[in-house]
Amino acid sequence: MLLVFEIFIKFADLMTYNLFGIEEGTQLADSVHFFFYDTTKIIFLLSIMIFFISIVRSYFPPEKTKKLLSNYRKITGHIMASLLGVVTPFCSCSSVPIFIGFVESGIPLGVTFSFLITSPIVNEVALVMLYTIFGWKIGTLYLASGILVGIVGGIVIESLGMEKHVEEYVYQISAEESEIEELDWSDRIDFAKEEVKEIVSRVWLYVIIGIGIGAAIHGYAPAELLAQYAGADNPLSVIAAVIVGIPLYANAVGTIPIVEALMGKGVALGTALSFMMATTALSLPAMIILRKVIKPKLITVFITVVGISIIGVGYMFNFVMSFV
Amino acid sequence: MKITIYGPGCKNCVNLADNAKKALEETGVEAEIVKVEDMKEIAMAGIMSTPAIGIDGEVKIKGKVASVEDIKELIS
Repeated sequence: MLLVFEIFIKFADLMTYNLFGIEEGTQLADSVHFFFYDTTKIIFLLSIMIFFISIVRSYFPPEKTKKLLSNYRKITGHIMASLLGVVTPFCSCSSVPIFIGFVESGIPLGVTFSFLITSPIVNEVALVMLYTIFGWKIGTLYLASGILVGIVGGIVIESLGMEKHVEEYVYQISAEESEIEELDWSDRIDFAKEEVKEIVSRVWLYVIIGIGIGAAIHGYAPAELLAQYAGADNPLSVIAAVIVGIPLYANAVGTIPIVEALMGKGVALGTALSFMMATTALSLPAMIILRKVIKPKLITVFITVVGISIIGVGYMFNFVMSFV
Repeated sequence: MKITIYGPGCKNCVNLADNAKKALEETGVEAEIVKVEDMKEIAMAGIMSTPAIGIDGEVKIKGKVASVEDIKELIS
């Protein structure tokens, strides 16, 4: 245990036993203690980690990613797009200018989608929460699966030849050549600080709510029930998890501690991964934004391809885990 | 002088427009603030991350909410 975490244990002790006066050793005390310890620790780690991730991301503005991507074709293009989707700072409100910028500069449609699929799945908040709550193995599995879903999804969309289902005006745009800003260290640190401020102020409440629900599940939910419905033995659980995950977009980060608690009660790993990916990759607001540049048919294809890929990931992990 | 705020109308874009107003008030510089919310126009200006701010049609800072100080530097 790192020394800094002692502070959070002390704080949780203080809140649980002194302020709330809950008797030590009871189930309620455990849940409340877990809640205070986890919320303070995770928000602290989020702030630190987003700072460093943002420093890395400051080296990959979308303009640079676009330039890099126009050098690759075919499979390499999809792989690069998916990998760059991890490191390029992205918010769904920028997806339209990024889409137009990519397509306009001649990057193939499927390669553009490889980027657009991976980018929201592997976002910094989800990664930090996965690594702190689930540990590095599951965190890395999620990262690798997110990249894989982006590569496969992009290749499938490319092979379907959907170019005519992009709004016509996109092809008529010729964007001005934008220059890539030269940043020095103080710019990068400023950028990282701003990111921390913006992201933490946006997600802290969901993190607290998610951990609160997670703590309640840890303490009180019946284990046998969930194992029966969402365990590895139920083949439909992965599909159900993806469908339930889609409307939970705004709470994507809040769902992670809940999923962790559910896994403790018997939900299978693959089902849990599929669920978390669905909350980030397939969101209604993102679809509405994308509708500005692509036609309904391509939106449907996008949802279907990504949905099936995510379900595939769930089955793959449930299958693999049954041999471990 | 013309200050252009590029962004689809999200919270950051509003903050950026506010910062631009403040910078104008504090420096006493006369300028018109124009908002560009159409994605097509934003993309055509070569912007891939919003919000962005331009002076006299030239994009200066993009992908972040430029501070009042940043904008003061641009307009002086």
